[in-house]
Amino acid sequence: MAVTEVLMAGFGGQGMLLSGKLLAYAAMEDGKEVSWLPSYGPEMRGGTANVTVCVSDDPVGSPYIIEPVALLVMNQPSLEKFGPRVKKGGLIVVNTSLIPITADRDDCTVLNIAANDVAKKAGTARAANLVMLGAYVGWSGIVDKSVTIAKIEKEFASKAKFIPANVAAFEAGYAEGEKMKGGA
Amino acid sequence: MAKVLMKGNEAIGEAAIRAGCIHFFGYPITPQSEVPEYLSRRLPEVGGLYLQAESEVAASNMIYGAAGVGVRVLTTSSSPGISLMAEGLSYIAACELPCVLVNIMRAGPGLGGILPAQGDYLQATKGTGHGDFNLIVLAPASVQEAVDLMLVAFELAEKYRNPVILIGDGMIGQMMEPVEFPEVKVGEPLGPTDYALTGCKGRERRIVNSLYLDAQKLNDHNEKLKAKFELITENEQRWEYYNTEEPFDVLLTGFGMMARICKTAIDVLKGEGINIGLFRPITAKPFPYKPLRELIDRSKRVLCVEMNMGQMLLDVQFAAEGTVPIDFYGKAGGIIPSVEDVVEQLRASIAKVGGSRSGK
Repeated sequence: MAVTEVLMAGFGGQGMLLSGKLLAYAAMEDGKEVSWLPSYGPEMRGGTANVTVCVSDDPVGSPYIIEPVALLVMNQPSLEKFGPRVKKGGLIVVNTSLIPITADRDDCTVLNIAANDVAKKAGTARAANLVMLGAYVGWSGIVDKSVTIAKIEKEFASKAKFIPANVAAFEAGYAEGEKMKGGA
Repeated sequence: MAKVLMKGNEAIGEAAIRAGCIHFFGYPITPQSEVPEYLSRRLPEVGGLYLQAESEVAASNMIYGAAGVGVRVLTTSSSPGISLMAEGLSYIAACELPCVLVNIMRAGPGLGGILPAQGDYLQATKGTGHGDFNLIVLAPASVQEAVDLMLVAFELAEKYRNPVILIGDGMIGQMMEPVEFPEVKVGEPLGPTDYALTGCKGRERRIVNSLYLDAQKLNDHNEKLKAKFELITENEQRWEYYNTEEPFDVLLTGFGMMARICKTAIDVLKGEGINIGLFRPITAKPFPYKPLRELIDRSKRVLCVEMNMGQMLLDVQFAAEGTVPIDFYGKAGGIIPSVEDVVEQLRASIAKVGGSRSGK
């Protein structure tokens, strides 16, 4: 398998760095090589925050990626900035609860998902980041669903009451992603 | 032991503990603040000492003191902080005391910015502080290598009684990668020394001092430091070759994370049947001039890529002795040359030698 690069972007506090971490953890558990490279500029405070996760069978070369295979976006500035860079045939997951525009790419799969609404139905609007992650995992099959869920449970172990809603949010996103599988 | 996913900064802190170091003095600065943050939590757990100094100048004198009484000691900082430590480092080197520093480099000069850079290569390798002294400089290219080299750093520091500095850019500090820690000597004390100030009851007193008012004595001391570094140069060079088995026209050089981006650029061109070799120093000092020269002698042109305005470039030029043309590509300020940038620069270098030999 060639390296798979996923860029996850949003405002600081929306949990995209955590989504990236969960993907990296799950892929590592699957025996893959991974890297997790966050933006850590002054823009983090209240501004945009993003993370690039690379997943590969071989040791990851450059963790610094200009053109990712997949983009998960939680805000409009990130979609405008990174949308045009996604590799042809890749995936763009757009959180339409927060982004009034969509990706103008007919050479990629664009998955529009009202992540905040889906998350709210699952139990908490704060799990929108896991809806997004679920959509990507469902579409790509890059990591095992149950392994990822186990990582979510572990991450929230100290706040166990949040586990069911977060897992439900991930699963709802996963179902949406799975529907789009294989289509471009 | 199983692999864990860890930030470079935290992994460096843990590696120091695994190397037996449980004394830390430092001052926070982005992008390395996770090292002191991590150690402030971990060191009390292993019976160690974490102390946040009032400044980097103070921290460097605290590690001077700790090394002088014979304990294994670490400080970490980022570019402007290392500049502030320079005075203390010169004293530590002059007194031949072992200690380890980490510089998670940010963009300079001056206060600069907090984004990744490699602008302190010359500071670390050529001119950290005043006077004739040398640091041993290690430049990891992954979180795992940072961990492995932290263990090497303490070994070398004690073997040669010399400060060792590990230099990484902000990326390696901030990124997470799977890492495996060796289960070694947590908190193990330094072995018996003949220099440490441990109380002179029942033995001759020792003095840790770098003041020599007698010119001949100070000259002799400089000769001794020089001889020591010659020994280090002979014994401790480390480097990596990548994709050098097949013939190549263009040799790429870089250190730290930049070398890793270069590797991916090499893989991209290999996919097109173009072969490029890579040389990466792991010890930026002692710099592996001969191993680099061996590759230079097999190439028609060299491209040096750094996250600065051309610093390791001087070592590459020194190794080449004018035998081949050397191109340079560098970005500063926190801009990271991408794989695409490096590929483009390589194409330009290849064009200058009139095509390239195929790797197939």
